Amino acid sequence: MSGTVKPGYARPLDLKHGRVEMSHGGGGRAMAQLIAELFTRHLGNEYLAQGNDGAVLPPAGGRLVVGTDCHVVSPLFFPGGDIGSLAVHGTVNDVAVMGAAPLYLTAGFILEEGFPLADLARIVGSMAEAANRAGVRLVAGDTKVVEQGKGDGLFITTTGVGALPAGLTLSGDLARPGDAVLISGTIGDHGMAIMSRRENLAFDAPILSDSAALNGLTAAMLATGAELRLMRDPTRGGLAATLNEIAHQSGVGIHLDEAAIPVKPEVEAACELLGLDPLNIANEGKLVAVCAESDAERLVAAMRAHPLGRAAARIGRVVEDGRHFVQMQTRFGGRRMVDWLAGEQLPRIC
Amino acid sequence: MRYVDEFRDGEVAQGIARAIAAEARPERRYNFMEFCGGHTHAISRYGVPDLLPENVRMIHGPGCPVCVLPIGRIDLAIRLALTHGVVLCTYADTLRVPASGGLSLMRARSRGGDIRMVYAVTDALKIARENPHKQVVFFAIGFETTTPPTAVAIRQACAEGLGNFSVLCCHVLTPPAIMSILESPEVRTLGSVPLDGFIGPAHVSTIIGSRPYAFFAEEYRKPVVIAGFEPLDVMQAILMLTRQVNAGRAEVENEFTRAVTPDGNAKAQALVAGVFELRRSFEWRGLGEVPYSALKIRAAYAEFDAEKRFELDYTPVSDNKACECGAILRGVKRPTDCKLFGTVCTPETPMGSCMVSSEGACAAHYTYGRHKESEAAR
Repeated sequence: MSGTVKPGYARPLDLKHGRVEMSHGGGGRAMAQLIAELFTRHLGNEYLAQGNDGAVLPPAGGRLVVGTDCHVVSPLFFPGGDIGSLAVHGTVNDVAVMGAAPLYLTAGFILEEGFPLADLARIVGSMAEAANRAGVRLVAGDTKVVEQGKGDGLFITTTGVGALPAGLTLSGDLARPGDAVLISGTIGDHGMAIMSRRENLAFDAPILSDSAALNGLTAAMLATGAELRLMRDPTRGGLAATLNEIAHQSGVGIHLDEAAIPVKPEVEAACELLGLDPLNIANEGKLVAVCAESDAERLVAAMRAHPLGRAAARIGRVVEDGRHFVQMQTRFGGRRMVDWLAGEQLPRIC
Repeated sequence: MRYVDEFRDGEVAQGIARAIAAEARPERRYNFMEFCGGHTHAISRYGVPDLLPENVRMIHGPGCPVCVLPIGRIDLAIRLALTHGVVLCTYADTLRVPASGGLSLMRARSRGGDIRMVYAVTDALKIARENPHKQVVFFAIGFETTTPPTAVAIRQACAEGLGNFSVLCCHVLTPPAIMSILESPEVRTLGSVPLDGFIGPAHVSTIIGSRPYAFFAEEYRKPVVIAGFEPLDVMQAILMLTRQVNAGRAEVENEFTRAVTPDGNAKAQALVAGVFELRRSFEWRGLGEVPYSALKIRAAYAEFDAEKRFELDYTPVSDNKACECGAILRGVKRPTDCKLFGTVCTPETPMGSCMVSSEGACAAHYTYGRHKESEAAR
């Protein structure tokens, strides 16, 4: 035997057929190996390499924005993305729509015993790619393993930190009557990508999730110098929930024009089939902006000039309304409320 | 979207709206009831009332399967799950309907009941096949549209010898419900519900055809126009009803000829008749006991009848005293006439069934039409 095995040899993780075992979360050598060969390999950088309980970061020179997001999407892989890229985009977007430049992420993984290591490697690789593209670095992380049947494959929680430019304040309570309401593109893509996968709806062209990091788009919007009141990403609950939140926070009403709201024909068709309203469906790569009426035109133009804002549109205006109602002129010619959705329409969408 | 956009065209709607305004005589009022929850939903979602003249008013009818389910029936389903330990399969809407003792199927689930949401009865069959050691019960609700699939499932279970599958049958019938409304004192003698005509069901009529409504037109002198669920269908039906009223006619007309024939779907009818028979009487929320208004499983398929298999006996339970669902389902009151509406009773915390289903009059009004009365109040 001696001579065939080098001293100090350790058998590498079996990324082809291996599975997550309880020992991968046990704090021993197996855990160290999982972190070294899987997480650090994909996500490594100088901060992660510090190898301490916490990462020491350089001063960011101003106010910080922090956001956190849990991801429990099912299925883990869906058309247009997976839980890994989603976990990066979701948190990067929460920080970006505050007007900040996202810099760092931390990630917590809850793994279920028996989860294929090949899938985990694919997901972590996808996280790394998404983080690189968004220009953020993963600086701290944690892994726990739960017994089989006590989790559903994999859950990821990410926290993001970004630097807010001096003098900039965007907030949900700043919408004022007369302001314009904008959307950066078609609505409902993410939710319907997941639903069509779950319901096995086969379309000629599959509906792709819009999951994407919006910090490039928000930077382009801020660069216009337009008088922006707020930005928000309409995830769970869709455009309807986000606009209702804004109306309540700002103490105003919102009037929408249904004909102006962009929806992809395949998303509309899938919604029709399942009896859903695109206004309630989650997005993962869109933002709502409220700005001064006088700046709406050039802000829309700037959004359209960015690859993630090609279908940007002005969809409504802020009005005075003590009841804080969101109302919509329907394409049909009537008017109706756009309300929060009751109950849980689409569980585990993100 | 082809075959959909055509029926939601705003310009065409304006044209029909102008025609209705021109036909409706200013000196009288027109009160039409849309029987189906599907119509109620479409009317609210597309803002149809905004396109109608002030003297043309829509009254919401009882055709929402979840709304008319009485508390006692939900209690039976909960008992099956909690006491008999069955896997209870149900459509999503029934999960939140309030039942006795502060329970609902949703709450029964959090207390350990194995209650599963399904999209179709075939899902329940699948669960039964995959869990041969568990009793699986499908909570079957709905009007004539959802009955044929339940009949198919029972026959399928019989053919497969699927001994752990059964059905809690709560299927109800449209014509007896319309009859019950026409016979109610409010319509017949008191006149407190002025009814000038009905928009007849869309999907139900694809099964039963347009003929069953002829009796109402002739006997009660009420025009009926069968219409599809798209907003233009509804507008066109309102125009047709207005014309009938003006001409003093009371006929069954069919706006939904793209799907409804006079005789309906004979194959589906035969299938249903083979598996189900009429119940002597059935309790409806709002309408009370209505004779021959619901179906039960025939003796030949008794082993798939959950009421027989688990020896369930039905106990009627009265609604919350302050809840006006009953009067709303009969068209006697509007959602806003109820003290609970929008205060203690909201879609998040429903007190009555009309606030649960998206086809319910209260839920539709709360979700889509709430801006109107507070505008009127200001």
